[in-house]
Amino acid sequence: MNGAALGARLRERDLTAAPAALNLVENRTPAARAEIAALLAEVAPSRLGGEAPAHVVGVTGPPGAGKSTLLSALAAAWRERGRTVAVLAVDPSSKRSGGALLGDRARIEADAADRGMFIRSTAAGERLGGLAPATRAAAQALAAAFDVVVIETVGVGQSETDVAEAADTVAVVVQPGSGDALQFIKAGIMEIPDVLVVTKADLGLVALRAVRDLKGAMRALDERGTAVVAVSSVPPASGIGELADALDAHREALDLPAARTHARRLGALADFVAEHGERGLRALGGRRDAQRWLAGQDAALEQPALLRALEARAGL
Amino acid sequence: MSHRLPEPDRPWMMRTYAGHSTARKSNELSRGNLARGQTGLSIAFDLPTQTGYDADHELARGEVGKVGVPVAHKGDMHALLDGIPLDEMNTSMTINATAAWLLALYIVTAEENGIDAAVLQGTTQNDIIKEYLSRGTYAFPPAPSLRLIADMVAYTVEAVPRWNPVNICSYHLQEAGATPVQEIAYALSTAIAVLDEVRARVPEERMGAVFGRISFFVNAGVRFVEEHAKLRALGQLWDELGRERYGVQDPKHRRFRYGVQVNSLGLTESQPENNVQRIVLEALAVTLGRDARARAIQLPAWNEALGLPRPWDQQWSLRIQQVLAYETDLLEYPDIFEGSKVMEGLVAELAESARGEMARVAELGGAVEAVAYMKAALVDSHRERLGRIEAGELTLVGVNRYQETAPSPLTADAEGGILVVDPAVEQEAVDALEGWRATRDEAGVRSALEELARVAATHENVMPATIAAARAGATTGEWAQALRDAFGSYRAPTGVGEAAAPASTEAVAELRDEVARVGEALGRTPKILVGKPGLDGHSNGAEQIAVRARDIGMDVVYEGIRLTPAQIARSAVDEGVHVIGLSILSGSHRSLIPDVLDALRAAGGEDIPVVVGGIIPETDVEPLEAAGVAAVYTPKDFELTRIMGDVVALVAQRNGIAAAAA
Repeated sequence: MNGAALGARLRERDLTAAPAALNLVENRTPAARAEIAALLAEVAPSRLGGEAPAHVVGVTGPPGAGKSTLLSALAAAWRERGRTVAVLAVDPSSKRSGGALLGDRARIEADAADRGMFIRSTAAGERLGGLAPATRAAAQALAAAFDVVVIETVGVGQSETDVAEAADTVAVVVQPGSGDALQFIKAGIMEIPDVLVVTKADLGLVALRAVRDLKGAMRALDERGTAVVAVSSVPPASGIGELADALDAHREALDLPAARTHARRLGALADFVAEHGERGLRALGGRRDAQRWLAGQDAALEQPALLRALEARAGL
Repeated sequence: MSHRLPEPDRPWMMRTYAGHSTARKSNELSRGNLARGQTGLSIAFDLPTQTGYDADHELARGEVGKVGVPVAHKGDMHALLDGIPLDEMNTSMTINATAAWLLALYIVTAEENGIDAAVLQGTTQNDIIKEYLSRGTYAFPPAPSLRLIADMVAYTVEAVPRWNPVNICSYHLQEAGATPVQEIAYALSTAIAVLDEVRARVPEERMGAVFGRISFFVNAGVRFVEEHAKLRALGQLWDELGRERYGVQDPKHRRFRYGVQVNSLGLTESQPENNVQRIVLEALAVTLGRDARARAIQLPAWNEALGLPRPWDQQWSLRIQQVLAYETDLLEYPDIFEGSKVMEGLVAELAESARGEMARVAELGGAVEAVAYMKAALVDSHRERLGRIEAGELTLVGVNRYQETAPSPLTADAEGGILVVDPAVEQEAVDALEGWRATRDEAGVRSALEELARVAATHENVMPATIAAARAGATTGEWAQALRDAFGSYRAPTGVGEAAAPASTEAVAELRDEVARVGEALGRTPKILVGKPGLDGHSNGAEQIAVRARDIGMDVVYEGIRLTPAQIARSAVDEGVHVIGLSILSGSHRSLIPDVLDALRAAGGEDIPVVVGGIIPETDVEPLEAAGVAAVYTPKDFELTRIMGDVVALVAQRNGIAAAAA
C-alpha cells in the first residue's frame, strides 16, 4: 500500500496502476486514509501543473435504458479516436446482506487485450443514486491517467446530483416511450443534463418523437445548450459519433478549473459529512457556512487536503 | 371401452443422444447404436457448432468435439451420415441458434445423395428462449432469433413437410430448476411466441398444419407420478391453445406430441449406480399412461454426472427402453389412468397454476419480453431446491442420506468409468478446416455469403440463401458471422441480479459475520469473480454460487457465460477481486483452467486464488491442483454454504488474516 508511488504512476499516465489505485481508494481502514491522501496529493493540480486532463463524464439513466450497450459503443468510438477510457460502474443493488452483485447489468463489451480500457464496478453510496466517497476519489485519481473517465449510475430524478458534482459533463440516457425524464425535467425535479441521449433509435417514429419532445422541453425551459442525441446500437449503429462530439463540445465550453475546484470542495464536504455526520457539520456552523468558507480556500487544494482543513476548522 | 387394446401399440422411437470427437467417430457410434436396436438418430453437436464458431475461433478452444460432434460444413455432414439411409431415418438434432444452418447441411447432404427433402423426417430443437433461460447456446438477439425460427417453420411446412422444425423445450427449464408449473407455463409461452411469429408468415388456412408440426421436448424427474400428470396437463393446455388461440379444427393437429430425455439434474455423482433406477422410474413417467405417452425417448447414461458416457453405458440406457417396450405388458392396454381421481386432481391442479403463470408472462408482453422475469424465477426455484437438499428436506439417496457405500467397481478403471475425448481432435479439426477452405470454390462461397447477408437485412425467408451457402461449401462459423454482422450480438440476462434475498439460515448468518470480520481486516468487502470460461452455457451452478456469495455478504462480479480466459483475467484484475470461482460442465476444464491461470499471470493477477467447480472427474482433481488451483468442487459437493465458507477462509488465509476464534 504505497499511495504516493501509485499516484506518481498515474501522473505518469501508467494505466496499469489503475487496479491497485482503486483497491487503495476503496480501502476503509484508518491506515489507508493517509495513503489515499498521499495518492491524491500526487495527482493534485499543483503536481500536474493544471487540472487533470481527463474528460470526466457522468452517464446516468433508468435500468433497461440501454446504458451498457451505449457505453460499449461509445467506449469503442473513443478508443478509435485514440483516447484511453476508464469506466466506474456504480452498482445500486441492495445492501441488505452487505453484499452486492456487480457487473451483472454493467457488462460492457471490451477487448481484454486493450490496456487503454479499464472497467470497475463499485458499490453505491448510502443514499439512493449517491456516490460512495471511494468513487469520487477514484474518478479524481483516474482522471490523471486516462483521457476519459466515465461514472455510470442508475436512476432518473434527484439522484443525479452527486454525479453532476463529480463529472465535467453529465449525459442522461432515456429510452423512447418512457417519458420519465421529460416529466422530471418539466416538473423541475431533475437537474438539466448537459446532454440527453435517446437510445433505441432503430425503433423509428417513437424515438423521433422522444427526441422532438425533449428538444421542445429544452426550448421551453430556455436550455438550448442541452444537446439531444438519438443513438442506436442495432446494426447499422448510428448516432454514436454525434454523441461523442456533443460531449466534447460541452467540455470545450466548460470553465474546467472552476468546475473541478467546485467538485473538489463539494467532495470534501461530502467526505466530511460521511465521516463526522450532522454533528460535525454543526461544528462548522452548518452546510452553508462551510461552503462559504471552502470558497475562500486555495483553488488548487486536493480533496483530502480540504477535508483535513475542514476537520481542523471543526476542531476534530 | 375394453381394458385391453385389440393390438399392442407400436413402441416409441428409441434414441441415444450421441456424438463426440469427429464426424467419422460419431458416425461409427450412430451405426453401432442402430445395430443394437436403436430406431432413430439423435445427434449431439459440440459447443462451437451449436454457437456458430469454427474450430479455429478463440472461443472454440477446449470445446471442439467435447460434448458432441463438430460439423463445420457439408463435408462433415456427409461423413457424419455416411451409410445411414436418410430417406428412412428419423433424425433428431439438438441444435438451436444454428438450427437453420444444420438443417440446410442435412438437406444438402440428402440432396447430394439423391434424396428429396420432401421425404426427410426428423426434428431440429430450435427453441431459442430456453437457450436464454438455461442452456446458453444462443448466438443472436431474441428478435432475429425468433425470425430464424419462423422462417424455418414457414419453409419446412411446404418443402420438408415431415420435419418437425421446432421442438419446444421444457427439458432444460427443469434442468435449470423449474417446478412442474414453471415448466408447463414457460414452454407453452415459448410456443405461443413462435406461433404468433409464424402466423404473420403463412396463409391462415395453413395454421392447422403449422400447429401440428410443433413438437415438444420434455423432461421427467424422479417424482414420476406428478411428472406424468404434468405431461397430461401439457396435453390438455396444448389442445386448448390450438382450439382457442389459433382456431385449429383438426384434433390430430392439436395432439400434444413430445420426445423426451429424462432428468439429468437429479443424477448424482455419488453412488452413480443409483442413477439407473432413477432413469427407469423417470422412463415410467413418460410411458405409463397411453394418453400422454412420449413419441420418442432418449435416456441418459448412469454416469452422466461423471462425464461423457462410453458406448457400453449408452447401450445400457437403450436396453432399459427395450425391456420396458418389449418385455413388459405396458403397450397392451388403453390409458391406465383414465378415471383416476389422483391423476385427474393432479392434472387439474397443475393446469390451473400453469394458466396463472402463463397469464403473468403474457402480461409482461410474452415469452421474449419476459426472458428476464422467467430467468430470475428459475434461479429462485433452483436455489430453493438446493436449499432443501442442503437442509435435508429433499432426500437424495447417496448424497444427503445413506452416504455410506462400498467401493464401486463401475468407476474403478483408470478413467473413472467415463469416456475421455482425445485432446488431439481439436487440432485435427482445425487442420481439416484449413484443408476444406483451401479446396473449395472460394468465389462461390463469397457470393453465397453476400446473398445471405443481403437476405438477412430484409424480411425475406433466410432458408433458401442458407441452403445455397451450405451447398457452396461455406462453414458454420462463416454462416453465423454473416448473421452476427446483420443481427448484432446479445448477452442474455443472468437472472442473478433479481434473485430475492432468502430467509437466512443460521449457517448463512454465521458466515455473514465472518465475511464482515474479514472485510474489516481487508478494508473493503471481500470480492469474488464468478466466471464461466468457454462456450459452456450451463450456468445454473455459477448462478447459484454468485447468489449465495452475495447472500453471505460478498461483493460479486458475475458477467455471465461465454468469456475467454483473457476476459476473465482482465476483469479479475481490474475489479480487484480477492478470489475467482470458475464453473465448467463441458469437460473442457483440462485446457481452459490452465488457460485462465496463464491469462492471470499475464495480466498481473497471479496472486488471486482460483477455485473450480463443475463436472470434474476425480482423476482430474490432482492435475488441476498441481497447476495452481486452490480447490476443486465436484457435483458431490452440494452444500453451497460450506463451499462458500471454504472460499472465505481462503481469502482470509491468502491475505494474512488470522482464522476466526472458535
